[in-house]
Amino acid sequence: MSTSQATTTEHPALAHQFDSMEQQQDASTFGMWVFLLTEIMMFGGLFTAYLIYRIKYYPAFVAGSTSISVSWGFANTLVLIGSSFTMAMAVWAAQKGKRNAQVWFLIGTMVLGAVFLGVKAKEYYDKFDECHIPGHVIGKGFNSWGGCSATDKSLGNIAEEIRHGNPSTPEVSAEQTAKQTEIFFSFYFAMTGLHAFHMLIGMGLLSWLTLRAKRGDFGPAYYTPVELGGLYWHFVDIVWIFLFPLLYLISRHQHGV
Amino acid sequence: MQLNFPIFPEQASSVAGQVDALYLFLVLIATFFSLLVAILILFFAIKYRRTPERKAEQIHGSTLLEIVWTVIPLGISMVIFVWGAVLYYHMERPPQNALEIYGVGKQWMWKFQHPGGQREINALHVPTGRPVKVTMISQDVIHSFFVPAFRIKQDVLPNRYVFTWFTATQPGTYHLFCSQYCGTKHSGMVGEVVAMNPDDYATWLASGKAEGSLASLGEKAFQQYGCTTCHRPDSGARGPNLEGLYGRPVRLTDNRVVLADDNYIRESILEPNAKVVSGFQSIMPTFRGVVSEDEIIAITEYIKHLAPQEANPLNNRSAPTQIRDSEVPNIQRQNEQQQKTEQGKKPANPAGKKP
Amino acid sequence: MKPVMPERHYLNDNYGIRSWLFTKDHKRIAILYLFSVTFFFLIGGVFASLIRLHLLTPNGELFEADTYNKLFTMHGVNMVFFFLIPSVPAVLGNFLMPIMVGTKDLAFPKINLLSWYLYMAGGTFSMAAMVSGGVDSGWTFYAPLSSGYLKTHVIMLAVGVIIAGFSSIFTGLNFIVTVHRMRAPGMTWGRLPLFVWSNYAASLIMILGTPVIAITLILLALERGFHIGIFDPKLGGDPVLFQHMFWFYSHPAVYIMILPGMGVISEIVPCFSRKRIFGYSFVAFSSIAIAVFGFVVWAHHMFVAGISVYSALVFSLLSYAVAIPSAVKVFNWTATMYKGSIEMSTPMLYAMAFIGLFTIGGLTGLFLAALGLDVHIHDTYFVIAHFHYVMVGGMVTAYLGGLHFWWPKMTGKMYPEPPAKLAALITFIGFNLTFFPQFILGYMGMPRRYWAYPPEFQVLNVLSSAGASILAVGFILPLLYFAWSLKYGEVAGDNPWHATGLEWETSSPPPTHNFHHMPIVTKEPYAYGEGEEVPVVH
Repeated sequence: MSTSQATTTEHPALAHQFDSMEQQQDASTFGMWVFLLTEIMMFGGLFTAYLIYRIKYYPAFVAGSTSISVSWGFANTLVLIGSSFTMAMAVWAAQKGKRNAQVWFLIGTMVLGAVFLGVKAKEYYDKFDECHIPGHVIGKGFNSWGGCSATDKSLGNIAEEIRHGNPSTPEVSAEQTAKQTEIFFSFYFAMTGLHAFHMLIGMGLLSWLTLRAKRGDFGPAYYTPVELGGLYWHFVDIVWIFLFPLLYLISRHQHGV
Repeated sequence: MQLNFPIFPEQASSVAGQVDALYLFLVLIATFFSLLVAILILFFAIKYRRTPERKAEQIHGSTLLEIVWTVIPLGISMVIFVWGAVLYYHMERPPQNALEIYGVGKQWMWKFQHPGGQREINALHVPTGRPVKVTMISQDVIHSFFVPAFRIKQDVLPNRYVFTWFTATQPGTYHLFCSQYCGTKHSGMVGEVVAMNPDDYATWLASGKAEGSLASLGEKAFQQYGCTTCHRPDSGARGPNLEGLYGRPVRLTDNRVVLADDNYIRESILEPNAKVVSGFQSIMPTFRGVVSEDEIIAITEYIKHLAPQEANPLNNRSAPTQIRDSEVPNIQRQNEQQQKTEQGKKPANPAGKKP
Repeated sequence: MKPVMPERHYLNDNYGIRSWLFTKDHKRIAILYLFSVTFFFLIGGVFASLIRLHLLTPNGELFEADTYNKLFTMHGVNMVFFFLIPSVPAVLGNFLMPIMVGTKDLAFPKINLLSWYLYMAGGTFSMAAMVSGGVDSGWTFYAPLSSGYLKTHVIMLAVGVIIAGFSSIFTGLNFIVTVHRMRAPGMTWGRLPLFVWSNYAASLIMILGTPVIAITLILLALERGFHIGIFDPKLGGDPVLFQHMFWFYSHPAVYIMILPGMGVISEIVPCFSRKRIFGYSFVAFSSIAIAVFGFVVWAHHMFVAGISVYSALVFSLLSYAVAIPSAVKVFNWTATMYKGSIEMSTPMLYAMAFIGLFTIGGLTGLFLAALGLDVHIHDTYFVIAHFHYVMVGGMVTAYLGGLHFWWPKMTGKMYPEPPAKLAALITFIGFNLTFFPQFILGYMGMPRRYWAYPPEFQVLNVLSSAGASILAVGFILPLLYFAWSLKYGEVAGDNPWHATGLEWETSSPPPTHNFHHMPIVTKEPYAYGEGEEVPVVH
């Protein structure tokens, strides 16, 4: 026996398998949370591996961490927090049915996301330029396309950095530590890379949402996609909120930098 | 094809009987419960087969029964757990007086080296009636040392020493398998373990063409790589004194205390700055890629045989005297025991003496 | 009155290839899965047959060692990732979950379709890896062998597995949301069929475990491609960490494979005993307990891998904890048959085979969890026999049982009973002949993944290979008579088994939106024995 929905007019966005818009929104939001749980497990595996190696190669992780730019990282953190704000505003605008505002907030979010990715690209470029890349010294992976020959350019400047931080460190030791920083950079690229990949997917979602918002699909009765896009976007931001201190900050006090 | 095929492996080590006892106990349990379930199902299926006259009797469940068949399996499995755990604990603790043999696994062969310097490939000769500890490392991928007749198995990892031990009880030749898949010729990475009476073993050792004892080989390598330049007993030495080092606790620059065992020595050769002894600079270069696994084993054996100095050593910055007893209550005692056994062994290895 | 096929149903609602490839109907997606899963099962089965054929002689005469290594790798990958994991959830689960909870479709039909495409994409990658020379890493991908030493297309295969993993995540996500948010009025948690409970438990593992294998294999592929040094000790990594991360997923994955099978058995046994399930809530919660405990026992695959004695003790203890809920299920099924009115039709035969074989499989798990004993039997044929008893004796048997049970619902046609019973019997005999000798072989010390073996193991190997040929017949027969039944089978009618459950209250095959009238549930599940009447449907 069909329940009472037949009396109300059905919203065009109501999928056939749901009885009501409330159920649809409720189920979709719940689904997104379940998906985010999956994402947490995925990043969690990576974070666990990072922590294990951080303990194992502590000095190298300190040195590697010191070699990446806190200011760019901090700037990017601000950019992302800003984008979370615009995203939240976009959801609010959708809820209130403000069509133009949603479009502009969504575009703003995408612009901030693009700025983040741009800064990230610049940081990657710097790392490649300095040969701070995995598989350079102990492996041979990036040699051919990083332009890093076997010269110890990267080792040299990391070793220098280490000795700068702690002048009593002998040269041999500094060089050994410098080699182990490759494992730090492996994680740096793997973790920020996976995060950036999520940002790219997020940008794709946002473009689609913008088109739909422009078409006027969303309003007080139906704004679930914007809300879910927001949930995803906030999650990706939160991952960065963990990445930033783990990769950029927590070892710095060692050198008083 | 043989018609008389065996269905139970030979028992040739001191633990084999114990493992088999646990196995048979479990076979008993498994047979009992499998038969119980199978007979009940068949019995019910026949006794309560569908007929027009009978209707099924509805029973919702019984909490009492649920508790019974939760608690009984739990109790039985706890018995199995404790039995298995005690056995495992025993199998993981080599006796102090074990004969120490080194093994290296690589794609696709086993290499063994005896304390007297005798080398073997894909074969391992051991005496019966005496515990043998095999310390192993892999040169490439993960292998696994498996002797079914002894009921022992140990994965052999790259970059880290692992060990297993056994006491062979029956003279004979037994299979040695690699049981961790290691590439193309995984099934060709097999050999034999030959258990011999102690007398025969002594004869076999004597017939072996050793280039000198393992420790003396280690000493050669020690000098060849210039280790003596820094690792000297005098007070001006740039490296810690290695005499009497093996098996002792060592204090590091970051105040941690670690035990100087095989893995520590190996790490110190390959990653010298990972654990730097308190009071020293990390100035030692790495020997990764320079020294082979065989040489590291020999050097470790040599360090084991370096006698502790009787008089106050001049270079004692790594000596255990700096470690409070409360920090490592038991290490000291174990250490003394170990020294005793090592002193017992020493006359047999005169070359191992400090130069 | 002879039953007739309903005029409109999901199979004839629309025609043409597009109506299948772009369908969002969970039932049609289930059929897509049915075909693709069968395909991968057959491929995996061919590999298995070749392996058994090769092992007839001890000296490795049929294949080169490399070829043999590729065969067991591709057998494992195909069977684990492309058959066992999706089989019951993606075929039977997809078809039945929405109907059983009383809704028109899964919560996210598009994601459901996406998950099939991901599965096919993953399958394509793995087939591509196979066609372009094969991969010899073993399905376990252990580092550093797979990351630094093998010369085959490990990355391609890993990518295939990662993609298929996301398919499994989306299936799990859909099930969880559907069960939480889409139940029909009156369908309380306490009234959910046990098939739903067990698929729900398996879904929890899919969404929480699968991402970990994804990241692990991504790191492995990166290490292989770019030498990033996470697992290979030469580059500073730790190979044991790979094993921890791999088994963190792959042990719970065993429960992804078996839990849905248990759900099938929990449906079949009450139906053919005409009885309520014995101890409903215990059977339901034991599924959840298995899913939860399943996450904390992974290191029991690593007792000889060089982990510390104390962590081995903890993981051994926890492993026994996961054995108890499995035992509880077996006892409850057995008790359900007590004083029933038992009809030995084909699904029931499979269910009985399941209970027996799963009991043996589960009990031999106790051997492997016993530390001192595991040292000897780890990585031998004992392990092979153990997990085949659970996976083939358990899961495949349950899948076949479920397929027979719900075939009339899915197609509207009855399969022919006599050949089906014969096939069940052949499968049972062939299975035991194949795998029982392997327990003995394992205790004798024959290591797994051996291309050649000492001659004293030959007799048992020949027995096992002989059994495999019988087993193959048992698996091919259903293929034939199922196909036959589509055209010539009798019309089944809505409820040929007189079973309870919402899926039996709609027509066979069901209409596209599952129900002619949306159901309201007023009764407990498995309300057998109240005459032959069925719960009220409006």
